[in-house]
Amino acid sequence: MKAFAQLVQQVGSSTKTNEKLQALLQYFNTADDADKVWTIAIFSGRRPKRFVNTRMLTDCCIELTQTPAWLFEECYHTVGDFAETIALLATQKNTAAIQQALPSLSQLIASFISLQKTDEETRKAFVVSHWQHMDFDACFVFNKLITGGFRIGVSQQTMVNALQKATGIDASVLAHRISGNWDPSNTSFTELILSGDTTADSSKPYPFYLAYPLAAEPESLGPIADWQVEWKWDGIRGQVIVRDALYIWSRGEELLTDYLPEFHGWEKLLPPGTVLDGEIVALLPNANSIPEHIGPFAQLQTRINRKLVSKKLLQQSPVGFIAYDVLEWKGEDIRQTPLSERRPLLEQLLQEHPLPGLFKSPVVTADNWETLTEQRRYSRDQKAEGLMLKRCNSVYQTGRKVGDWWKWKIEPLTIDAVMIYAQKGHGRRSNLYTDYTFAVRDGDKLVSFTKAYSGLTDKEFAEVDAFVKKHAIEKFGPVRTVKPELVFEIAFEGIAASNRHKSGVALRFPRINRWRKDKPASEINTLDDLKQLLQQYGNSSSK
Amino acid sequence: MSLIQFTDKGLYCPVGDFYIDPWRPVQRAVITHAHSDHARWGSARYLSHHLSKGMLRQRLGQDIALQTIGWEEPLRIHDVELMLFPAGHIVGSSMVRVAAHGETWLITGDYKLEDDGLSTAWQPVNCTHMVTECTFGLPIYQWQPQQQVYNDMCTWVTQNHQQQYTSVFYAYSLGKAQRIQRALAATGLRIWLHGAIANANEALKADGIVLPECHRITADTSKADIEGQIVIAPPSAAGSSWLKKAGRYRDANCSGWMQVRGNKRRNNSDAGFVLSDHADWPSLLQAVQLCGAEKVYSTHGFTDSFSRYLQEEKNIWSEAVQTQYGGEEDAPETTGGAA
Repeated sequence: MKAFAQLVQQVGSSTKTNEKLQALLQYFNTADDADKVWTIAIFSGRRPKRFVNTRMLTDCCIELTQTPAWLFEECYHTVGDFAETIALLATQKNTAAIQQALPSLSQLIASFISLQKTDEETRKAFVVSHWQHMDFDACFVFNKLITGGFRIGVSQQTMVNALQKATGIDASVLAHRISGNWDPSNTSFTELILSGDTTADSSKPYPFYLAYPLAAEPESLGPIADWQVEWKWDGIRGQVIVRDALYIWSRGEELLTDYLPEFHGWEKLLPPGTVLDGEIVALLPNANSIPEHIGPFAQLQTRINRKLVSKKLLQQSPVGFIAYDVLEWKGEDIRQTPLSERRPLLEQLLQEHPLPGLFKSPVVTADNWETLTEQRRYSRDQKAEGLMLKRCNSVYQTGRKVGDWWKWKIEPLTIDAVMIYAQKGHGRRSNLYTDYTFAVRDGDKLVSFTKAYSGLTDKEFAEVDAFVKKHAIEKFGPVRTVKPELVFEIAFEGIAASNRHKSGVALRFPRINRWRKDKPASEINTLDDLKQLLQQYGNSSSK
Repeated sequence: MSLIQFTDKGLYCPVGDFYIDPWRPVQRAVITHAHSDHARWGSARYLSHHLSKGMLRQRLGQDIALQTIGWEEPLRIHDVELMLFPAGHIVGSSMVRVAAHGETWLITGDYKLEDDGLSTAWQPVNCTHMVTECTFGLPIYQWQPQQQVYNDMCTWVTQNHQQQYTSVFYAYSLGKAQRIQRALAATGLRIWLHGAIANANEALKADGIVLPECHRITADTSKADIEGQIVIAPPSAAGSSWLKKAGRYRDANCSGWMQVRGNKRRNNSDAGFVLSDHADWPSLLQAVQLCGAEKVYSTHGFTDSFSRYLQEEKNIWSEAVQTQYGGEEDAPETTGGAA
């Protein structure tokens, strides 16, 4: 536990990838095998089941430290991280006075699991007694473990690279071994990493190959004939696995099979030993072709994370799968076969097995880059976010790699708006007002229509923060109403009708494009402007 | 009439006709300490502790009309008795006690309770009214004993030295910089100073303060002399070309704001040490209790929370007061400062 806490502290505070790699390597070379398995699990987004909720933890902390509830809230808004707030409040500052040794990571997690079935008092006592024997680093990690959200500054890629150094096994093989469904409580380090026994697990997805955004002119990529071009669909990247059963994975390595009843039965209709890479998209009811029948992304959101999909919802908001690659064919891993040979296999498969809801991502053809550039301008008409460029002779790589796959997105839609509310941010923005709500004008009124959290430089955030602190009009808990004076250009990828928002619209991926210091609040866009964008680009299908 | 009034120029004592740490030029200014948000330029006459003399002259001008007095030396100004007590914040930092007409006010300026061996140690002062800073007035701010932090700093420096990295510390030139010098003397490595900090050292030495041996970085200093050793520079040096002289380096901030990971990460430095010249939450409460004030005014920092806590949990009348303190060196965004 101590070594793991130190590792988290090191990778969380270092700004250099190489130092993070060294810290991980050092850990993998010295830690106990059972701890290593849990570390891999945690750093790849698997976490022990929760046995306490945040309310219980807040109560424990308030009782232990005699902090009034309102003051705990103040602290939380200043720190911007729940686990950290408690670690700051509840631990001994004089670390020399801390004597008791901590259990190992795997022992600790084993206790979590055995606590699941105990009563609330037992669980609270367990938590408090641990807090009292921990320094800040250990307590912070302990709280992260028991609350879930474990986002620290290390990518899965960095961890895999460290494992490669520690074991000598190739990174892409390791990425595959640690993917899919395995239970860290009963998987050994040897099975998981060294022998890869769990690769036999039939649910196991292949690591996704991810594209980089194209920053240069497309001409720099050489002759257009070397490239396969497709639309960049706006959905959730997914992998459909048909082996002994059906498994559908998201790019975030979440098993989505249960959420997508539309696809159930494909395991009988597609040949066993088939793995498809593609996009899960929202469809209009009774859809039979794309792109005409693709629905808005917002509709897809109503389907995710809802295990019990009602009949009504299923009818209103169906989903489909646009396949663009085949990774396993007749039980054989064909990722090293060039795309130019994989594509015909995909076409053959879909032709021989036409299924409702399963579509082929069409290839976009153009004689030269200039014509393609022209076609890209019509991406929104195709319900796409731009184009994907894939080198014809490319193999299917692991993770984000430069060179063979590029995403070439269209310019976002923009609107000028004024900031009306601000709230303190989290993580590295704690204690700074960085989360804003924006409004457009509707007559003499201002109507809020979106929040945005990103797009300004640290320096600009500091400037806005100072403005908020000076010009706050009212407090509503952590939210400050500010003088409507600062104007920003908000960029977004799409727009849809919504009855959950006051403005009647919901934006897709809104962010701050730039600070319009040149523009007074009287000249911002209006609600009518937004509605016009909705008519022009919105998928008016949803409700 | 209240003995101390909160005016748009600063804290004013009408009976004695003087201001304490005014932020606009006035006839007579009593200065708690030489940090720039408390000691401002342009007043006709200044009064401070002897140990602030060198720094105040260096910062406000050699020709300012400055009177200095010692700790607990009563000074009569009209009907008021004024006395200075050590605040423990930096060298010469004082709390100002003002007594008249049955009221005793204590204006703390900035302070800390832990004795850093440089500033004269803080001591409690009986008063009826207390105007206290509360830069770190939330319970998340609780400091480790300073020796633990010093040990961590020395370990980091030694490790850097072994890997042939220079250790660069960003620190406000008056106060924190000298504290770091003393803490790192134990490493036996050479300590190099940015000109601004070397100047502050000289002014302090002139006032009789003893500091470890340090070296000023000049145009003639070569990279080879510095590499693997220690550099202390003001926060403004971060990322500047001046740092080329340090060769391969790792950098660190030392400030109370480093307590929160978000601030630490925002700084993009290699390390952050929680070392503050301000009172932490338990110290603020302790100070209020030891001084026995009936009424507590809180200035700069988390004033609303601190005052509410005193009111509701400690049954002490308290109110937050707007001031213009807490400028450059106390703001979380300009790190390495006196915080």
